[in-house]
Amino acid sequence: MKQITAIIKPYRLDDVRSALEQAGVQGLTITEVKGYGRQKGHTELYRGAEYKVDALPKVKLEVAVKDDELEMVTDAILASARSGKVGDGKIFVTALERVIRIRTGEVDEAAL
Amino acid sequence: MESTIIEVQYALDTFYFLMCAVLVMWMAAGFTMLESGLVRARNTVEILTKNVALYSIACLMYMIIGYNLMYGDGVNLYIPGISFFLGGDNTVEEVLASDGDIYYSNLSDFMFQVVFVATAMSIVSGAVAERMKLWAFLGFAVVLTGVIYPIQGYWSWGGGFLSEIGYSDYAGSGIVHLAGAAAALAGVLLLGPRKGKYGPDGKINGIPGSNLPLATLGMFILWMGWFGFNGGSELMVSNVNSANNVAKVFVNTNLAAAGGLVAALLLGRLMFGKADLTMALNGALAGLVSITAEPLAPAPLLSAVIGALGGIIVVFSIVGLDRLKIDDPVGAISVHGVVGVWGVLAVLLSNDEATLGGQLAGLAAIFLFVFVTSLIVWAVLKAAVGIRVSEEEEFSGLDMGECGMEAYPEFLSTRAD
Repeated sequence: MKQITAIIKPYRLDDVRSALEQAGVQGLTITEVKGYGRQKGHTELYRGAEYKVDALPKVKLEVAVKDDELEMVTDAILASARSGKVGDGKIFVTALERVIRIRTGEVDEAAL
Repeated sequence: MESTIIEVQYALDTFYFLMCAVLVMWMAAGFTMLESGLVRARNTVEILTKNVALYSIACLMYMIIGYNLMYGDGVNLYIPGISFFLGGDNTVEEVLASDGDIYYSNLSDFMFQVVFVATAMSIVSGAVAERMKLWAFLGFAVVLTGVIYPIQGYWSWGGGFLSEIGYSDYAGSGIVHLAGAAAALAGVLLLGPRKGKYGPDGKINGIPGSNLPLATLGMFILWMGWFGFNGGSELMVSNVNSANNVAKVFVNTNLAAAGGLVAALLLGRLMFGKADLTMALNGALAGLVSITAEPLAPAPLLSAVIGALGGIIVVFSIVGLDRLKIDDPVGAISVHGVVGVWGVLAVLLSNDEATLGGQLAGLAAIFLFVFVTSLIVWAVLKAAVGIRVSEEEEFSGLDMGECGMEAYPEFLSTRAD
């Protein structure tokens, strides 16, 4: 089992969600986050004075998948989240040791 | 005149006065929303508390002594007489015998004047936001609304020396707005800028407000209340001439605000590259302050121009005060002080009876008196109890430090599903 964590541009969220639905993903955790990468921040003007926006708003998606679904799901995210411009985000894949469904106590793949 | 007509006129003018007082009272809500929108979320509860308390303090102090200082019999043209609490009202016989000279209730006059004091004090509130101790501020409110404002008000509206030399200020660009801003400036100078407003190298940092919808609502409430502020200052509506005057004051007041907003919006776009909403809001208020000293004489087009010039002045003033390290989170000193000066001078464009000398004397007297007395009161408060919160409290927010509660405490939704 793998956990896929994707940081994407907020305005791509709707597209990514429908792509994941089509790829058969059943559950998704969405978090509004802020941060920066190579895109860095930028400065804005408020009442004529500059202020720095260091951390840019992003959306973090977390999906847990079976090993054989990994490729399909990451491909779906790549295709739907990419705009080709700096700041599109990243996908992190980590190994999942254990998954438990709280309601039933089912474990691992049965709990996904 | 037939006695029934005199009585009906009295009733109508009193009613008009009271309704205008209600409009001006509502400006307290406007200031509250404007200020709470332009400060950071962690200082919201404190600024709300300050605004509700200052309004109430102003009402009490003006009833106890302020109104009598301002409108009672003075010792001479400079020193008002001291007396306390409100007197009785006019009897039917007095009104009828006056043949129309007494045309509104005394208490309706108090009601109309008391909301102006509150307006002056509200101006101070925004300028010292996000760093001043709540109770020091409220202590100052007692002195300003009870003593400082009424004394300079006596000089012009109460029949003192400024009215004798012909200082002309219809609804108070100087008497209310400049006075409030002078008190604010004195406070800000002793208080210093907010932490983080200026970088170590002197760089000016913007500190964005937390809720621009509220700030916008506040601006519209003030715009609406201003119809009472200026319209009520005609003091009468019960005959053709005064009704026409009131209508013209409404039209001019409205156009000055519109001119100010558009001018500030365009200038902001030119100077900063984007449409700065907060500058546009300040522009509308600057337009209103610009026209307040003479909302009756100018033609509607000239009113829009006077307001637009106010909207331009306010943008330069806000940027300029920032550079002088005078940190005013809501732009109150610029809107009410710098533009208040412009409003008093703009009287000369349309009112033939006003003189440059009279207007300058009024400006100098009001500014110097309010600034110096306020500086003394602030200094005393600073020495006695301190006027600035600790650095730690400023960082974590005055809401928890001064009021012990947050404006938006619910991190998790409690909705059951």
